[in-house]
Parts: sequence; structure tokens; C-alpha cells
Amino acid sequence: MDETLKELGALIAAKRPDCVIGWEVAHGELNIDAAPAAIVAFTEFLRSDAGCRFSSLVDITAVDRPERDARFVVVYHFLSMYQNQRIRIRCAVREDEMIPSIVSVHPSANWFEREVFDMFGIVFSGHPDLRRLLTDYGFRGHPLRKDFPTTGYTEVRYDEAQKRVVYEPVKLVQEFRQFDFMSPWEGADYILPGDEKAKA
Amino acid sequence: MKDNAFQDVRTDEQKIRNFNINFGPQHPAAHGVLRLVLELDGEIVERADPHIGLLHRGTEKLMESRTYLQNLPYLDRLDYVAPMNQEHAWCLAIEKLTGIEVPRRAQLIRVLFCEIGRVLNHLLNVTTQAMDVGALTPPLWGFEEREKLMIFYERACGARLHAAYFRPGGVHQDLPPQLIEDIDAWAVDFPRVLDDLNGLLTENRIFKQRNVDIGVVSEQEILDWGFSGVMVRGSGLAWDLRRSQPYECYSEFDFEIPVGKNGDCYDRYLVRMEEMRQSTHIIRQACAKLRKEPGEVLARGKITPPKRSDMKTSMEALIHHFKLYTEGFHVPAGEVYAAVEAPKGEFGVYLVADGTNKPYRAKLRAPGFLHMQAMDHISRGHMLADVAAIIGTLDIVFGEVDR
Repeated sequence: MDETLKELGALIAAKRPDCVIGWEVAHGELNIDAAPAAIVAFTEFLRSDAGCRFSSLVDITAVDRPERDARFVVVYHFLSMYQNQRIRIRCAVREDEMIPSIVSVHPSANWFEREVFDMFGIVFSGHPDLRRLLTDYGFRGHPLRKDFPTTGYTEVRYDEAQKRVVYEPVKLVQEFRQFDFMSPWEGADYILPGDEKAKA
Repeated sequence: MKDNAFQDVRTDEQKIRNFNINFGPQHPAAHGVLRLVLELDGEIVERADPHIGLLHRGTEKLMESRTYLQNLPYLDRLDYVAPMNQEHAWCLAIEKLTGIEVPRRAQLIRVLFCEIGRVLNHLLNVTTQAMDVGALTPPLWGFEEREKLMIFYERACGARLHAAYFRPGGVHQDLPPQLIEDIDAWAVDFPRVLDDLNGLLTENRIFKQRNVDIGVVSEQEILDWGFSGVMVRGSGLAWDLRRSQPYECYSEFDFEIPVGKNGDCYDRYLVRMEEMRQSTHIIRQACAKLRKEPGEVLARGKITPPKRSDMKTSMEALIHHFKLYTEGFHVPAGEVYAAVEAPKGEFGVYLVADGTNKPYRAKLRAPGFLHMQAMDHISRGHMLADVAAIIGTLDIVFGEVDR
């Protein structure tokens, strides 16, 4: 299984050196790092090339890594029902960058890209209808970014006096608890009380 | 168009404009909270714009701040019609990253309950779709069987719906011998119920009028819109992850993959009916194997709890138990995608781990999401009444579409 994936990875890298930045096989899966600007041509190639035939789009998502220079990784999963193969394409995108939409190649990318835009705020250029998808009408912010709090910023309730649903800043009766179970011997980065005196 | 200009006074001609209606969010045929904005020309659907997200609970965000084990029950709440199939994908993803081998008996139990989940799902889907097109009896008969199956769920894990039974490394507890016998006895009897449903629906004139040639899906559309599961098989492609990319011990089970011919709503109904028969077949095989093969149901190690009896005598086991349920286990850094053939199609989990006890990012790939997306494409040009029939056979559950 790994051997065929390696062959496939080498083949794709050889055929499209303009798109492929790097590739690897890990956990029995083929990962290809691609250039965001060339993603449309690359997916078109993957779909139509006789050796690939990755004709089904399985998933588009993103990962937020705020510590990196190119903050987001947009991840595409493709499936070939004919070759019985899967492939993962990763594109690093900066926060101020746009990535071309692949709706023209895979119509099913439409909602996935809307969701990624909704959740991460990554703009897909050339998307026909880039509205928010899952969050509320008029929602602000991008929830799956790491700097967005899990509790959110607003809460809704029905106001009996105004006879409508009102939005208010979120009020927590109890602080949102984030327990830290990491052992202080294994890479917890906080200072144990009293430790600061040891240096002085 | 100018305001109030629907009628031309001089020629007495009427200007026609398209009519927009809101289908849902509270509509019994929407199978949940779907707001579908339909643009109608008379009774013909010109455009359908599904507004989803009314059941969005931010599962993926919540999962980032909980341990791997605490996240497991969230998976139940996605497709709440067949909960264990989703848990399965989550467990497979973790097992793939940690490289844990699941014991044989646990694999058999997983297969058994995945197939029970498939029957649960198809029973609900087939019968409520029949209700959407006008039949009242099938859901009553179907839900009787669902009730029996949910009691099996309860006897295995204590919960009728939100099971949290599959755990990374196996299943939570072994099945009592009597339960295996009862499931087997049910599987012997169940084809009779399927025959009854068959008699009610398959040759029913009204049912056929409402379903035949409605919502036809071609091979190209399957690829374009990323369909999976019954949506693919109904159109004649024998694509089933249980066969093509086998996981657990599906490869040693004997079952057939039914395919449709025309790819319309009626064929999808027929495929679901036959899949239930095949699932019962697998259930019986699994029961036979489970009787013969006793053994462990959890891989012993870091990611599973120690035996209860060990905890009485061993301090290390007690510490292990405490650490497992507070800190949780650590998963080595890496990214994997694990998919299962859920009853609705390919359900996948894309897991990015950073070596800590919580997932860095978990993306849940729901089959219903893509099927719902194609609603505009499939229903265009159909009558308004067909929209209900199409939503029914797309097999949408909003728990997994909205996440």
C-alpha cells in the first residue's frame, strides 16, 4: 500500500513540478504540499490525469496555526473511486492572502469553501456565492480560529418585554474552566508557585 | 419590475412573477431544522437555497478543548439515528495514529453494532420517507423494530441512543451471552418485517408515482457533487467502503452490495431495503462468531482503562485509571483521515494531533453535508411536492450536517 502511494506521489511530483512543493507518505496516507496559487490547475490535473483520476472531492477544511508565518493550512481530501486511492493536498495560506476557489472543477467545493470562510475567514477568490454557512445570520468573527474563545462573544435570549430574541454580551456565571492536567515534569510551560524564588 | 405592475390595464395581461416560499425551519418533511428558500414558477422549483446551521453546536470547536475520550460522546450526537457508526470513525482515527491493534472480539462487536446502526438508520429513513409521500403505516411498523434494536443498545452499554460504547482500543464492555442470543433471534425474525414493509410499499401505486423517476442522479453527478453511500449505489456504482477499503474485520464477512439501476428515489429505496437484509445477514454471522470466540474486548495499554480487578490490588493500575480519566491519554503528533461506511455514506474524521491529550483540530466529514448541498441541483425542475420525496431519500439528519 505504502509503495503504490510512494509511486503515485513521485509520479505527481514529476508531472506537476510547478504545483508540488513537497510530498510524503505518513500513516499510510499520501500528503502533498501544493502552491495555493496553482490549486485550480492542480485539482483539474488530479481529476483528469489517467494515472490519478481523483474525481471525488471528499473534504475541504483548514487548520489554524497562529504561530506560523503562513497562518492557515487549507486541507483538501480527494478520493478516486476508480483507483481506490485517497490523497491529501495541503496549502499554506497567510492571513491576508486569498486562495483560488475550485468550484469550477468540483461543484461540491461550494459549501466546503463557504464553511472554511465562515469558520476561519479565509477568502476564496472566484467563489460564486461566498456567504456564511453554519453560523447565525449576522454573526461576527470566525469561530474555529484559535484566538476565538470557546464561549463566544454574544448570547441570545427571548426578551419578554420586547417580544423578540435579543443578543447580549456573553455573561458567565462561572468562569469557563480549562483544566491543565499536564504533568509539570512533561513539558508544562507554567511556573510552579515558589519556583520563581529559586532563581533569585 | 415596477411596483404594483402585475396587471396591465390596457391589454388586460397579467405579468407573472416567481414565487418564493420558505420551506421550514419547522416542517415535518424537512427531517430536522432545514430552512429551504424555494423559488417557484407555479409549482415547478426554479431554485432551492438551503439555509443550514440552525442546529450548529460548534462541535469541532468544543472538541479542541476536551480530551480524546471526552470527545467521543460528541460523535454520538452527530447522526443521532445511528450513533455508533460515528464513534467508530473517531476510534479508528485514534487507533490509526497510536497504532493500536483492536482485539478480535471487540472487532466483531463493532461490526455487529455498526450493522445494527445501519438497520436503525435505514428503517427510519425508508419509513419516514414513505410518510413524506403519504403512507402512514410504515413508520409505525418500522419504529417497533427500532425500539427493539435500541433495547439491544441499552443492554450493551446502558444508553438507548447516545451510547459512547466504542472506545479507542476496543469497546467498553463485553456483551452478555444472552444478548447475543437475543440479537440473533431478532435477526431471524426481522426479514418477516421487511417483507411486510415490502408488501406495503414496493408495488404500491401511490408510492411508485411519487418516487419513480424523481431525483435521478447520474454517475457524473455523483463525482461532481461528491456523493457517497446509497446515493452512489442507487445509481449503479458498487462503491462501499466496507468492501473497497475494508476496516475492522469486514473482509471476512459474506455480504452483497445491492446497486440500483436508474438512480431515482425509488431505486434508493430498494437499495436501502436490500441493505437491511444484507445487514441482518452480517449480524447473524457476527453472532455466530461471537459465540465461538470469547476473549478481551479492550486492547490493554496506555489508552484503555486497567481491569477492575487489577485496580483492587495494584497501585499502578489505580494511578493509571485516575490519570486516564482526568488527564486522558496522549496521541502522537500527526494527521490522519479515517472513514467508515456510515449508513448515510462516507463518514470521515480528519484528526490533527499535536502530541498532547487534546486534538489540535478535528474535522468531521458528514455525508449528509454534501447530499444537502446538491439539493438545489437535484430538485431544480421538479414539482414542489417532490422536494419532500427528494429530501427523504437524500437521507439528511441535521445533527451531522450542521455539526
